[in-house]
Amino acid sequence: MFNATLNQFLFVIFPYAALAVFLVGSIYRYKNKGFSVSSISSQFLEGRKLFWGSQPFHWGLLILFFGHLIAFLFPRAVLAWNGEPVRLLILEIASFGFGLSAFIGLGLLILRRVTTPRITVVTSKMDVVVFLILLTQIVSGLCVAYFNRWGSSWFAAFLTPYLRSIFVFDPDITAISGVNSWWLKIHVVSAFSIIAIIPFTRFMHFLVYPVDYLWRSYQQVIWNWDRRTIRNSTKHSEGEKSTNN
Amino acid sequence: MDVRSQVSMVFHLDKCIGCHTCSIACKNIWTDRKGAEYMWWNNVETKPGTGYPTKWEDQNIYQGGWERNGDSVSLKGAGKLRGLKNIFHNPYMPVLDDYYEPWTYKYQDLFTAPEGNDQPTARPVSLVTGETMDVKAGPNWDDDLGGSPDYARQDVNMQKLTPAEQEVMFQLERMTLHYLPRICNHCLNPACVASCPSGALYKRGEDGVVLINQERCRAWRMCVTACPYKKSYYNWHTGKSEKCVLCYPRLESGQAPACFHSCVGRIRYLGVMLYDADKIEAVASVPEDQIVQAQMDIYLDPFDPKVIEEAKKNGIADSTIEAAQKSPVYKFVKLWKLALPLHPEFRTLPNLFYVPALLPSVGTVNNGIYNSNTNGLWGGIDTTRLPMKYLASLFSAGNTETVAEVLKRLMTVRWHRRNVTVGDVDEKTVNAALEDTKMDTATADAIFRLTTLATFDERFVIPPAHREESIEMLENTGDVKGNTGFGFKERPARGL
Repeated sequence: MFNATLNQFLFVIFPYAALAVFLVGSIYRYKNKGFSVSSISSQFLEGRKLFWGSQPFHWGLLILFFGHLIAFLFPRAVLAWNGEPVRLLILEIASFGFGLSAFIGLGLLILRRVTTPRITVVTSKMDVVVFLILLTQIVSGLCVAYFNRWGSSWFAAFLTPYLRSIFVFDPDITAISGVNSWWLKIHVVSAFSIIAIIPFTRFMHFLVYPVDYLWRSYQQVIWNWDRRTIRNSTKHSEGEKSTNN
Repeated sequence: MDVRSQVSMVFHLDKCIGCHTCSIACKNIWTDRKGAEYMWWNNVETKPGTGYPTKWEDQNIYQGGWERNGDSVSLKGAGKLRGLKNIFHNPYMPVLDDYYEPWTYKYQDLFTAPEGNDQPTARPVSLVTGETMDVKAGPNWDDDLGGSPDYARQDVNMQKLTPAEQEVMFQLERMTLHYLPRICNHCLNPACVASCPSGALYKRGEDGVVLINQERCRAWRMCVTACPYKKSYYNWHTGKSEKCVLCYPRLESGQAPACFHSCVGRIRYLGVMLYDADKIEAVASVPEDQIVQAQMDIYLDPFDPKVIEEAKKNGIADSTIEAAQKSPVYKFVKLWKLALPLHPEFRTLPNLFYVPALLPSVGTVNNGIYNSNTNGLWGGIDTTRLPMKYLASLFSAGNTETVAEVLKRLMTVRWHRRNVTVGDVDEKTVNAALEDTKMDTATADAIFRLTTLATFDERFVIPPAHREESIEMLENTGDVKGNTGFGFKERPARGL
């Protein structure tokens, strides 16, 4: 009974609360507190140690994030790929490798923050929260991969139905509560915690990753007003506010 | 033709005394804040020297600016794919130590130190960590050639000289220096704008001032790399980049920027230049030996009826066109050809031009007597103490001809004025000089006047922003019609 309530809370109420906080909070912060949205890079204060931490950490996480996304969106394709044991092995080992890379990177970043006086100065309380939750997320993920092997295959059976049920507003926790792995439960709960704290931390920076830079023109000229409209105006109050170019 | 107006600048290096008043004016207004202590939007360097940040001119280290790429240009150390790839760690970003660690002193210790045998001292403390530190560098550590072996000799422009020529420069009786005040160039082809992944940087259409939108900056730090002049700075406290804003609030109200206003040597001039924005890419892509001339050609003659017509068609105000006609920058740069851009080979088309300093020429030692007299018309130019190659490396992408032309013209003005005021020069010499530089006496007098006697309003011809429009630059006045006033967004509704 207690377990059922707990499961209900952890896998239904908490995820919805987290998503709601994430949506409302990050839109509000982006719209109204633009000045606070920044990756607050500390490379300017320390560059060399950052390289060894930041690169493996970010690339590892980025690839794992897309790996999870693909497993969620295209479970059949992943299962088909895993049909051959060799391919399954390759996928699992590669994923574990990226997990290790993120883990080592995070470790080096934490070490850098603790041992470099200049970086300690620019560490906020929320940065500590960020580090702790990331550590939980990555360690639990690695443990799931090690103790509950072949996750890329059982993801389709246990997590895809659960996550889909969440996103279509028809929560069904039978699949996930049937899982007998605390590591996996920690992993899921901490993932939703990360989503929940995005608006309150520097996590905001991955929402503003500047992909649009790829198709934007290099030079940007902004006129506060459309000059031609103003100059050629015959009306009393004039002009549409013009933006870029 | 796409005529646009650009607020541009001229610094007359002959008049710079290196007092740093400009830097202090700027510091007090803009960068006296946490995270910005190390920034000097305006700084004054001693040349030869390594500058601030150390060796900023060496793009092999910092990878700033543009490089020629076939018929076009591409960013050297940033750009779309490279920028997004290096976003987690930017390999070309200068760190705090490349500038200097800002510090203050524990002044309170002077009062609270217990009685003892020694004088109490105020120890330096870092403004970053708050801990006591040894001061190892500052923004003007090599001021007036201090520490020449470590700084002046490491000047990147020295690489253009042979070792023998370098040795000559450092003989004690031949050593010389000039100051190089630097602010943001508000370039026509700004590398910082092009490099910003989040699109926070932009050039203002009305006056060409380059700004960083603090609401959109996400600390991807690419502008710091891309600006070859290292005039975009990262605020380590707020996690936003900042740069010289050319005191735009002052400009909009018709005042000169603080560094211009406070300049005691009156070396600074500010005015409008009209240019053809259609040509920017073509000009930025010409071979290195043509780049100065190409840049000069992008600026348009504000008296040309066709230019005026096109400018009006493009919405440029009559007052701005008038300001362009009176612009001291137009005179120095286009009409008199006396001012050159700093490091044009970075291909950003900078809008800050320098009149190079007419340094004393090298003398000769005969029987132990030092003789600084020079014979011959251009004797003072070919034997100037800073080699022409050095000056050319600074101001004309290595083209010594261009710098020599400018120096000759400056010299001609001197010959002419010497003839007018003292009259001890051979008339023939003066006429030969005037003829050689294709200058008439009226031009020479005009140059003399703008150089030495110009009033405030002649030095700074700021186009009126039109106060009513400067409000409109921020808000649509129509939107707030019927409201309590600017700044209040809500209509004054009747309460319950």
